[in-house]
Amino acid sequence: MTVFVIRRLMQAALVVLIMSLLVFGGVFLVGDPVEMLVADDADQAEREAIIKSMGLDLPFYIQYLRFIGNALQGDMGNSFVFQESAMHLIAERMPATFELAFAALFIAVVFGIPLGIYAGLNANSWISKTIMTTSILGFSLPTFWVGIMMILFFAVIMGWLPSSGRGETVDVFGIQLSLFTLDGLSHVCLPAVNLALFKLSMVIRLARAGTREVVHQDYIKFARAKGLSDTRIIGVHLFKNIMIPVVTVLGLEFGGLVAFSVVTETVFAWPGMGKLLIDSINFLDRPVIVAYLMFVVVLFVVINLIVDVLYSVLDPRVRLQEMKS
Amino acid sequence: MSDQATLEVRNLQTHFFTKAGVVKAVDDVSFSVGKGKILGLVGESGSGKTVTGFSILGLVDEPGRVVGGEILYRGENLVGASQERMRQLRGNNIAMIFQDPMMTLNPVLRIDTQMIEAIKAHQKVSDDEARQRCRDALGQVGIPAPEERLKSYPHQFSGGMRQRVAIAIALLNKPELIVADEPTTALDVTIQGQILYEVQKLCAETGTAMIWITHDLSVVAGLADEVAVMYAGRVVESGEVDGVLDAPQHPYTAGLIGSVPSRNARGKRLQQIPGMTPSLLNLPVGCAFKTRCSYSTPVCETAPVLSEVAGGRQVRCHHPLATEAV
Amino acid sequence: MSAVQENADHGRAGHSQSAVEVETPFRRFVADYMENKIAVFGAISVFVVVLIALFGPLIAPTDPYDLASVTFMDNKLEPGEQMGNGVTAVLGTDGLGRDMVSAMIYGLRISLGVGIGSGIIALLIGVTFGLCAAYFGGKVDTVIMRIVDIQLSFPAILVALVLLATLGKGIDKIIIALVVVQWAYYARTVRGSALVERRREYIEAATCLGLSKRRVIFRHMLPNCLPPLIVVATMQVAHAISLEATLSFLGLGLPVTEPSLGLLIANGFEYIMSGLYWISVYPGLALLFTIVTINLVGDRLRDVLNPRLQK
Repeated sequence: MTVFVIRRLMQAALVVLIMSLLVFGGVFLVGDPVEMLVADDADQAEREAIIKSMGLDLPFYIQYLRFIGNALQGDMGNSFVFQESAMHLIAERMPATFELAFAALFIAVVFGIPLGIYAGLNANSWISKTIMTTSILGFSLPTFWVGIMMILFFAVIMGWLPSSGRGETVDVFGIQLSLFTLDGLSHVCLPAVNLALFKLSMVIRLARAGTREVVHQDYIKFARAKGLSDTRIIGVHLFKNIMIPVVTVLGLEFGGLVAFSVVTETVFAWPGMGKLLIDSINFLDRPVIVAYLMFVVVLFVVINLIVDVLYSVLDPRVRLQEMKS
Repeated sequence: MSDQATLEVRNLQTHFFTKAGVVKAVDDVSFSVGKGKILGLVGESGSGKTVTGFSILGLVDEPGRVVGGEILYRGENLVGASQERMRQLRGNNIAMIFQDPMMTLNPVLRIDTQMIEAIKAHQKVSDDEARQRCRDALGQVGIPAPEERLKSYPHQFSGGMRQRVAIAIALLNKPELIVADEPTTALDVTIQGQILYEVQKLCAETGTAMIWITHDLSVVAGLADEVAVMYAGRVVESGEVDGVLDAPQHPYTAGLIGSVPSRNARGKRLQQIPGMTPSLLNLPVGCAFKTRCSYSTPVCETAPVLSEVAGGRQVRCHHPLATEAV
Repeated sequence: MSAVQENADHGRAGHSQSAVEVETPFRRFVADYMENKIAVFGAISVFVVVLIALFGPLIAPTDPYDLASVTFMDNKLEPGEQMGNGVTAVLGTDGLGRDMVSAMIYGLRISLGVGIGSGIIALLIGVTFGLCAAYFGGKVDTVIMRIVDIQLSFPAILVALVLLATLGKGIDKIIIALVVVQWAYYARTVRGSALVERRREYIEAATCLGLSKRRVIFRHMLPNCLPPLIVVATMQVAHAISLEATLSFLGLGLPVTEPSLGLLIANGFEYIMSGLYWISVYPGLALLFTIVTINLVGDRLRDVLNPRLQK
């Protein structure tokens, strides 16, 4: 097991290194940040000074090695625009994004699994067919457009919910969260549902497919032959088995939620990392772009690791195989 | 009470309403099994024997339905009984053992979870007591170190061990009837022997009645008290196991016995039943076996009925064979 | 009924009425497809949408990018009002006074063009790499598939965002970004089915006949990998259109001078709070209709072309 974990960790480190090269190399090519930073009337000497101070005159590989060296110490450079540590900027906006992503994940799981199980158990009822048709829509509708329609309906026409911003936040262990105030909750509602729709459709499909497969297994029939109640059979025997694919995919997709929050945050003016990224791309703020991307890469790698571990906890068969290898 | 059978099945009909048509998987099956007795239910795959087993426990899935007949458990008709009543009976009074031990235990739940829940579904007992009963049941079926084994997952057991666990689960609530659906087919012959021996002992000791579903006549010969032979959803012959096997009266039973390789007939050509099992969607009119039967005559165009020939012996044939050893 | 039996039955039927109609795989495919009415509706809709895009300039009431004819005087007209040049703006006008119907038709041309164009290029690249990976195996396979795996482990939107941040704006840039995002799906699909085909006897036979590698790959393996590829391609075009719209909405896709449906929606977004819904909603509905109908077709194709699902 330890060997397995170590090997996974080394693989993860390698992926992060390769991605850092790609990200840095890619962003290195982005426009010319000097144009953005230097005043129009600056003379050549001033330009040179700024370029030198930012290390932009050095060859690519030196800049990269410098970047790696600093990154290992947790320094991703300063934002050109805010004159502030890029890491700090991201850390500041991270709670808002994670709050949104978790709220969306929560919605996707809490609604998706029961709906999926229902559709799997009663495949031919019209309710199931409605659920499945709606889930196809959830897959194919562009998130941003659904977001706009939600604003139009719930905020503009009905006036029930606010359309933008984060609302009142509460300090929880030093992190600003809006889930604990009524105002904050009302703000998080629309963006969270918007971000959740795609994953919700996915969870429904996974849960339905899993249910349909598991329900015909002998062990379910055997459980019925033992005289167990339907509640116990569905809640324990079926649920535990369908959770394996659901947890795996959802875990892997959490990174996708964070990435897709770029769109939702832009639509709902949610002050998270995604909106920071879009702003930074528009301002050619290289360090922030690089810091965000590296953050997401590490996030993905960590999620992959966690999912692997969780997977082995849920499925004893995997646990056994891993111990052997 | 003594002469009342633990289970009596009368003219059971279970049909599957598929898109392609009505599949009469079980069509007129009758038999009974008494306290401490073992009934062998014999037939080829597709003859309806497994569906008969599921019908008894009320576990026939859509699009199947019991459409006729009676299933009398100690006099109580289970056809049309409420879902809740069936749930109470299942695993408590009537238990079932399945064919494939690799598939019957839930792979993600520990053995103790799967055993204790079977007790707690029917009785209010403390965890400790339930655990003790699980240990006892595992010991009863010959599983060493039951306490350790309780904490294992199914994949940590061999096939034979898993089947023992499944049998232990069936025994947990001391049922009066066990329906065993080919429980030894998937196992090695030596393990099959051990399990058969233990099952026989248990029935004799506890007075549990058992329906042993199988396609293997040699198992029936060694295990059962009575036998019912099924063909295309119908019982074609039933009676005392020795009588039926020594002197079959239905041509199909005779064919089945003839196709078992035996030491006495070494070197001779094995007999075989010509043709294939007919599709249940499209059974021949009259006797379902007539297309494969060398004795068939025009009278076989009308369906024969199951009729008693002598001392509990019943045959469904217009031309029963003379009582002579095959 | 098993596939073999069914084939036999079809053979017989074909023989008896060969004068009337010969059962070709294509006819059978069309007949299968037609069984689902919603899918037929989808196919017709896609056809109409493509026609509108092709003949857009002939259909559109006005040219929304002809600076001479668009006047600011017409801005934010409600649906049904008349514009200064006498043409009725059936779906209203946008913030600059452009007729929405015309703007949408031109936008549709760009959206479809970008979606289909990037799809075809990605298909060619992906298929080539996928086939090579499957045919040569070994190191070639490992390297190609590792790249595919890593790329697919990141969300498409993120990859596209980074690329566009690097490349800047423009139709060519967004097509490049969409190609990079999509090629990996094609490569994976083709490799998957090609690996299955590679083990079949007919490939061995073709190799034994001494045919060149290129001929074996493209003339023998590729045609047999087509069905899943067609399905993936249909779905990917819908996906590309949706992704392009999203990127344009984020302000990273197309320049304002070449507005796709996504950019039209984005432009209308600023007016939505003041209740001028039509500037954003109608292009959105057009986008939606396009994506959903393509998906309907793709869904049905998957059912019809998947041999495992055929009864």
